[in-house]
Amino acid sequence: MMPHRYAATLRRFWISSLESESEYQLNLVLECLAVVGNLAGSVFVLSLLFSGQSSLGGWSWDEALVVLGLYTLLDGFTSCLLQPNLSKIVNHVQQGTLDFVLLKPIDSQFWLSLRCFSPWGCPGLIAGLILVATGLRQSGAPIQAHSLLLGGALVISGAAILYSLWFSLAALSIWFVKVWNATEVLRYTLVAGRYPVSAYPPALRLVFVFVLPVAFMTTVPSQALLGAGSWHWAAGSLLMASGSLIASRWFWRFALRHYTSASS
Amino acid sequence: MTRPRSRLLAASRIARILLSTQYAYMLEYRAEIALWALSGVLPLIMLGVWQGSGAARQLGWSAEHLQHYFVAAFVVRQFSVVWLIHVFEEDVLTGKLSPFLLQPLQPLWRYFAAHLAEQATRVPFVLLMLLGLAWINPDLLWRPTLAELGLGIAALWGAFLLRFLLQALTSMLCFWSERAAALDRLLVIPYLFLSGLVAPLDTFPPAIKAFALATPFPAMVDFPARILSGQSVNLSGGFFSLLIWCLLLGPLCWWSWVRGIRRYGAMGA
Repeated sequence: MMPHRYAATLRRFWISSLESESEYQLNLVLECLAVVGNLAGSVFVLSLLFSGQSSLGGWSWDEALVVLGLYTLLDGFTSCLLQPNLSKIVNHVQQGTLDFVLLKPIDSQFWLSLRCFSPWGCPGLIAGLILVATGLRQSGAPIQAHSLLLGGALVISGAAILYSLWFSLAALSIWFVKVWNATEVLRYTLVAGRYPVSAYPPALRLVFVFVLPVAFMTTVPSQALLGAGSWHWAAGSLLMASGSLIASRWFWRFALRHYTSASS
Repeated sequence: MTRPRSRLLAASRIARILLSTQYAYMLEYRAEIALWALSGVLPLIMLGVWQGSGAARQLGWSAEHLQHYFVAAFVVRQFSVVWLIHVFEEDVLTGKLSPFLLQPLQPLWRYFAAHLAEQATRVPFVLLMLLGLAWINPDLLWRPTLAELGLGIAALWGAFLLRFLLQALTSMLCFWSERAAALDRLLVIPYLFLSGLVAPLDTFPPAIKAFALATPFPAMVDFPARILSGQSVNLSGGFFSLLIWCLLLGPLCWWSWVRGIRRYGAMGA
């Protein structure tokens, strides 16, 4: 009964936001141009990094394309869901409209995280998938069902880690309204995920695994897709994903206990 | 004889008051500005990748060279950030621009002063981050000569002015369209990839390098960063390019402001 109700609500949410966004059709052209431009620039910089050599941190050109593709995919996911929803939490806190959200007979984290769906991230999603497919095909790695399955699961857990980080940072605005741009900082530092983690100096690698887990978002899933995934990295990623999802849930409940509404 | 002098005095008083009020205002938002400063770490991340790649070594760039270049690019980026369009768009759409128009001061000066004040607020945070870098690896920092520092800061201000004018021009589109900021996002792409922020211009293939140098973008990062990091640089060419682009964009901004303000019809105008 309950999951059914949530699914129906979600459908209504997304249809209504698609309808309101379709008013701005010129945006589609602009977004496509932005995605193409960004992708061309990233591939260009990658080619500069590869000039005169055949590997970057032990990754070949085609394998590095898979990493870049997954980055583009997750960036599209961010534009589709994370950015339009989570960046509004601070406005709700500032203007007191969070009260109305809390009064609704629906889970508040669900409402705040999934209320809007922006179609403008879709060009990024598609471009990312194309890039991943191209890299996989050219790399010559045997394409096996189980590595694709594992890779897919790890991409989803990477997205879950990304979501939990964004949501927890956005939830901080319950205490500090002025840190509304903390999520922007996150977005700018996640750019590091464009390249395989092993391309960085050892100290930075540690940061990218434990502090700012970009390794689990692009490098680990790419390895699995290329059939070179190791079970302990996969287990680590799944553990990190479920841990961070639970942590974000707990953190939101904790934050709500400190929420005092705008007028009180 | 006295009129131009008193005008100058009045202008300097306005400038002083504008800057000090905007500085006080920005200080209130220092936590936010610290976070914005943190979000400018891209050149440092790129330094990490370039160090591991070895592509720069083949071009004769030593590790030290590379480190100084990207740290300089990081500083240049910190002090040439322009966010005019986001504020201006909101002010146009919500009609906040109307009261500014009543004052005997071109409203763009107010935004310009806000940017300068924001830069002043950033100084301690950038110094802290540089100290942090020195703590991680003392080789990342170096001491530029006085001439390098002076010329570098001049080029940095030129770069900031150029970026401000370019964004002012796109901001004027707010008078015609509700989504001018989306267009500005497109302009960020060539800035990102052609300015030398993510890859030194020396590593570009010759044809692309020539193309990049024909655009205003390398003057925004590559030129000041090269001066600051003490690399060989074509000084007169760089300053000339800054000057030409500013002279080109300045009148264009003025013209589109005059045309745009006639169309402005937000609340209360």
